Amino acid sequence: MKDTIIQVDYRFEDVNGVRSGLSDVSYLADDGISGIVYLADRLAKPVLIEGPAGTGKTQLAKSVAEMSDARLIRLQCYEGLDESKALYEWNYKKQLLRIQAENETRDWSEIEDDLFSEDFLLSRPLLEAIRAEDPVVLLIDEVDRVEIETEALLLEILSEYQVSIPELGTVEGTQVPLVFLTSNGTRELSEALKRRCLYLYIDYPDLKREREIINAKIPGMDENLADQIARIVRSIRQLDLKKHPSVSETLDWAKTLLLLGVQKIDADVATDTVNVLLKYRSDIEKAVKEFADNPDSIEEVEEEGAA
Amino acid sequence: MSSTSELNTPIDVEVEESPLLDLLNGFIVELRLAGLPVSLTESLDAMEAVSHIPIEDRDAFKYALGATLVKNYSHWKSFELVFEVYFSIRGSEYEITEDDLTNSMADELAETEYQQGDAPAGGGAMSGLSPEELQEMLFRALLNGDQAMLRLLARQSVIRYAGMEPGRPVGGTYYLYRTLRNLDLDSMLDRLMAESREQALNELTQLEERLEMDEYKNRIEDLKKQIESEIRRSLVADRGVEAMARTLRKPLPEDVDFMHASREEMANLRRSLYPLTRKLAARLARRRKYGRRGPLDFRKTIRHSLSYGGVPAEPKFKYPRPSKPEIMVIADISGSVAAFARFTLHLLYAISSQFSKVRSFVFIDGLDEVTRFLEGVEDIGEAVHKVNTEADVVWVDGHSDYGHAFGVFWEKYGKDIGPKTTVLILGDARNNYHASQSWILKEAQHKARKLYWLNPEPRAYWDTGDSILGEYATYCDGAYEVRNLRQLEAFIEKLV
Repeated sequence: MKDTIIQVDYRFEDVNGVRSGLSDVSYLADDGISGIVYLADRLAKPVLIEGPAGTGKTQLAKSVAEMSDARLIRLQCYEGLDESKALYEWNYKKQLLRIQAENETRDWSEIEDDLFSEDFLLSRPLLEAIRAEDPVVLLIDEVDRVEIETEALLLEILSEYQVSIPELGTVEGTQVPLVFLTSNGTRELSEALKRRCLYLYIDYPDLKREREIINAKIPGMDENLADQIARIVRSIRQLDLKKHPSVSETLDWAKTLLLLGVQKIDADVATDTVNVLLKYRSDIEKAVKEFADNPDSIEEVEEEGAA
Repeated sequence: MSSTSELNTPIDVEVEESPLLDLLNGFIVELRLAGLPVSLTESLDAMEAVSHIPIEDRDAFKYALGATLVKNYSHWKSFELVFEVYFSIRGSEYEITEDDLTNSMADELAETEYQQGDAPAGGGAMSGLSPEELQEMLFRALLNGDQAMLRLLARQSVIRYAGMEPGRPVGGTYYLYRTLRNLDLDSMLDRLMAESREQALNELTQLEERLEMDEYKNRIEDLKKQIESEIRRSLVADRGVEAMARTLRKPLPEDVDFMHASREEMANLRRSLYPLTRKLAARLARRRKYGRRGPLDFRKTIRHSLSYGGVPAEPKFKYPRPSKPEIMVIADISGSVAAFARFTLHLLYAISSQFSKVRSFVFIDGLDEVTRFLEGVEDIGEAVHKVNTEADVVWVDGHSDYGHAFGVFWEKYGKDIGPKTTVLILGDARNNYHASQSWILKEAQHKARKLYWLNPEPRAYWDTGDSILGEYATYCDGAYEVRNLRQLEAFIEKLV
C-alpha cells in the first residue's frame, strides 16, 4: 500500500528500548505508553492521545522527538484553522512578480505551468512533515479544537502520508513520520479520524509513577517528601472535585514546597499552599476541609476537656 | 449474532488460520456484542499489532489490543473485563514465580511447590493454615503492601471461603460476597490503622492518619479486585469463555438505565456527566454561531449593491436571532425516578448559559420551587442534595400525586408561563390512582412555547398499572422515553 515510501528501518528495537529511551530524556512512561509508541512505529500509524489536562500528552511527543533526535513539527489547532495554515499555500506574491517579470516575453500557457510548480508552494506543518529529509515527529496539538469539517483535512495525510494538491497532483511523502495527535476531549472526534489512529489514554499516574516523576523532574527533592506529596495528591484526586490536580500542578506544588524549605507536610503547610494545586475556590475549600478542619476541632475539644 | 459473524468472515480470508486468530476473532465478536463499535479495519489493525509484540508479554498484548480496538476511554472498563475473561485463564500474569516470593515475607512457603494452573485444587502449604493464621498473614501482607503474597492469599481465600461448586448456576457476586464476609476486611482496616498508630514514633497528625487510611484502603481495594478476578478465573474454567463473557456483559456507561443503576454505576454516571455537559455546551454554542442561514435580506442586498454600481453582487441574508428559550422544569423526585430527575437538572443547569432562564420545581405530592438552590452555585451536586433535603414537597403522604402537584403549580406559577417558555415535566406519570387534573397541562400547553414530557420508564410500561402518561401526553408537544445518558443528550440537543 505504501510501497512508494522509503522506510529505512524501524526506529525502536523493542518496548523496553522505548521506555528506557524516554526515561533518559526524563519522561517516565508506563507499559501502555511505551508499548503504544513502539506500535506506532511498527504499524506506521498515528497515535491519538486523550486524557485529562496536564498529564503529559504534549510532553510525550516532545520527549519522543528528543529521544530519537528528530525535529518536532508542531501544528497547534484552533477554531478556524484551514488548509492554507495546515497543509500548503500558494505564494501568490511571488506568482504575481513572476507574471510581471515575464509578461511580454513568453506564452501564457507556459507561464501558467510554471506558476503552479513547487517553487511557488509554501509548505505548512503537515506538508513539511512528510516532505522533510531529516527525521521528524509531527505533533498535532489539541485536535478537538478544529471544526469537524476541518478534521477531514487530516485524514489523507494520516492514512496515506501524502497530500493532494489540485494544481500539482499528489505529493508523496519522503518518510513516514511519527505522528501524535492530542485531544482534551471537548468534543467527540470523528469515527474516521479515530479509526486511523492508535488510541492512547494517559490518565493520572499511580502513586509509584507520580513519585518517580517528582524525583526525576525535580532534582534535590527529598525522597520522603516526594512520597508524601504523591500520597496527598492521590488522596485529593479521590475527592469529588471540579478539576483534579494534574501532574504539572503536582510538580509546581513540589517546587513550591522545595523553595519554602518544607521538610514535612502538615495540615498548615498543606492549607497554605494548596492553591498551587487546585484552581477552583470550591475545590480548595473542599480539600482544606478534608485535611485541615478535623485536627483543629479535635484538639480544641481535647483542650477544653483538659481544662 | 448473525450480523457480527458476517462482519468477521473477511478476517479469516485475509490471514492464515491459527488458534490465536480464532481466539482474537471470538474476542472481537464479544466486544461488539458488549456494544463497542469495532470496525473491520480496526480488527485488522489489532491482528497486525499483536504480530509485532512477543506473545508472552501479557501487558503489551493487552495494550496493543486496547490501542487498536478501543477508541473511547469510557469503553475501557468493558474492554478490560472481556480481555480478562478471554485471555487471563491462558495467561501467565497470575503466575507466581520464585522471584516474587524470595523478597517477600512468604519465604517459609517458597520451598513448597506452588503449582499454577490448577487453582481450585492446589493450595500448597497454605491449605494447612488455620483461619486465624490466614487472617494474620493477610494482615501482615496488607501492612507491608506485599503484592505477591496478597495474590497468593486472594487465591487461598477464594478456595477456602467462596465454596465454589462446578456447574452451580450462581453469579460471581455471590461467591465474592461469601469470600469477603469471611475475610471481614472492615475490621482489618481498623487493625491496620491501630498498628500504624503504634508503629509511628510520634502521634499521627490528622493528615498522616488520613494518608495512611487511604493507602490501606487502596490495598484492600486491590485485594478485592484480586479476589474478584480469581473468582472470575475459576468460573471461566468451569463454564467456558463464551458463557462467562455473556453473563458478565454490562451496558456501556452511556447506556446504563437510570432507574436500575447500581451504586457503582451511578458513580460512574456522575463522573461521565461533567465531560458530557462540556461537550454539549461547546456543540450548542458552535451551532448557534454557524447556524442556518435565514432568507434573503432584500433591503440590505440593495443597499450593499450601491458600492458595486447597483449590481447586487453580494446577496445578504437575514440571520435568525437565536432563540434562547426560558425553561421551566417540573420534576418528580419520588423514589425511583429521583435519580433521573437529578441527572436532568444537573445537565440543564450545566448548560444554562444556552437558555435565557431556567426555573425548576420539584414535587412528590406537594410542589416547591427550587431555583434558589440551584442558581449560581459552583457545586451542583451539593445543590441537588439540598433540594432533596430542604424542598417542601410532601403534602399528605409522600406518594406521587401528579394532579395535586400540577394544581399547586398552576395556581402559584401558572401566570409566569409565557410564549417563550418551554415546560419540561420529568416523571413516570404513576399517579397512585389520584385525579389526573390533566386540564392544567392543556392550559399550560396553550400558554407555553412547548411542553415536553420525559419519562425514565421504557415505552412498553407506559399506561400500565397506575401510569397515566397517555392521558397527559395528549396535551404535550412530545413525550419521550429518556432512560440513559445517550437519550438525555439527544433530547437536550433538540431542545435548544
